[in-house]
Amino acid sequence: MSGDLRARNHPAWWAFVVHRLSGLALAAFLPLHFWALGQALQGEAALDAFLRWTEQPLVKASEWGIVVLLAAHAAGGLRLLALELLPWRDWQKSLLALAAGVTLAAGLALALAL
Amino acid sequence: MSPRGEVALWIAQRASAAVLALCVLVHIAVMVYAVQGGLSAGEILGRTRGSAGWAAFYAVFVAAVAAHAPIGLRAIAIEWLGWRGRSLGVALHLFAALLLVLGLRAVWAVFA
Amino acid sequence: MAMLQVDVWRGREDGRYQRFEVPREESQTVLDVVTYIQRHLEPALAYRFACRVGMCGSCAMTVNGVARWTCRTHIARVARDDRLEIGPLANLPVIRDLATDMREFFDKWARAKGQFAPTATRKDAPARVPPGSRSRATANAGIECIGCGVCYASCDVVAWNRDYLGPAALNRAWTLVNDVRDGARVERLRAVSGDAGCHSCHTHMSCAERCPKQLSPTASIAGLKRAAALALLKGEL
Repeated sequence: MSGDLRARNHPAWWAFVVHRLSGLALAAFLPLHFWALGQALQGEAALDAFLRWTEQPLVKASEWGIVVLLAAHAAGGLRLLALELLPWRDWQKSLLALAAGVTLAAGLALALAL
Repeated sequence: MSPRGEVALWIAQRASAAVLALCVLVHIAVMVYAVQGGLSAGEILGRTRGSAGWAAFYAVFVAAVAAHAPIGLRAIAIEWLGWRGRSLGVALHLFAALLLVLGLRAVWAVFA
Repeated sequence: MAMLQVDVWRGREDGRYQRFEVPREESQTVLDVVTYIQRHLEPALAYRFACRVGMCGSCAMTVNGVARWTCRTHIARVARDDRLEIGPLANLPVIRDLATDMREFFDKWARAKGQFAPTATRKDAPARVPPGSRSRATANAGIECIGCGVCYASCDVVAWNRDYLGPAALNRAWTLVNDVRDGARVERLRAVSGDAGCHSCHTHMSCAERCPKQLSPTASIAGLKRAAALALLKGEL
């Protein structure tokens, strides 16, 4: 990207950036996630050891971040499915606001639970 | 890639996306519920072990992810890394296999 | 009299901006500014225009980083602090200064099979196409394109993937896919679903955002994706 944001500073473009970067982050995270869960094969103690490691504040914060990225990617993806598969209508612009709202809600819900 | 190949990839990406939309919704809801009051291996495994229904759900989840993620990475590789052709295809298939193997292993570990 | 400080691109891809001072007028377009520079300050400045009234699309350039028709861009809207930056359209080879080589733009039009393939002869009666029919309304929504290149210059995927057919070519292909008289539907769907075709569109919507005729190539490209998918599932592709 040449870095010139002047022509790119509009909602749908930012939606793309969020979607692509969140997807990239998730793709990087998933092998780790699967590996960690697979530790249960070594018995409860192995999984517990890993879970204790995740209690560190930085890790907890990253976990929350990953879930927000997941919610963002999923909401953005549903928006894309609507744009690609449904007949084109003007209200589709507000799909972006809807997706952002859903993401925020998910993030808040998890923040409260954690 | 040929038109047939490109269209097939597009269909696979959107179809897996639809499956994942449902899986992710359920997964996030379950996780928000499950993390209440802290996480421990005993707690998790006590709930999950022996649950054939949830095992099936997560196996489908893993399969959909193994299809969806590599196709997404393909676009990034082509557009941002200038990577194309056979070597990219091989790398993506390997990544898909990695996700499938590690994912199903995790499903087995948690639900069996 | 207020003066505009105008940075104009000189040279080819490896050129630089040259600053000119231009009198600011009451009602003035960017094209007026460029024309003033060429007539009074720098006769060697290369630029394109034709109708100067927003009908031909020849005067498209990059103004303050954004692709626009310069004849339809009033200085009052873009010259903050009396400053302007004018460059050639992005994503195209630069011939000189503000003039770009549009050949690849139109070559991709052809590669996307943007030509009508007739099925009737002069001996047949004219085709009867109800203007309100869904396919005709869909086609009409995209046919006002005059090939100005603004969408092509605004598209990131064109910048990242030089083979990408681009919004204008794909938009034109979609209008023809919806033309009931056309006889090359399947070939056209094959032409647009190749390696750097409609599936490379990631719905950035910069094309729709910038199109001076308010067209939405994104919508057309989404239509092509659906049509190609249906064609594959029906065994036509």
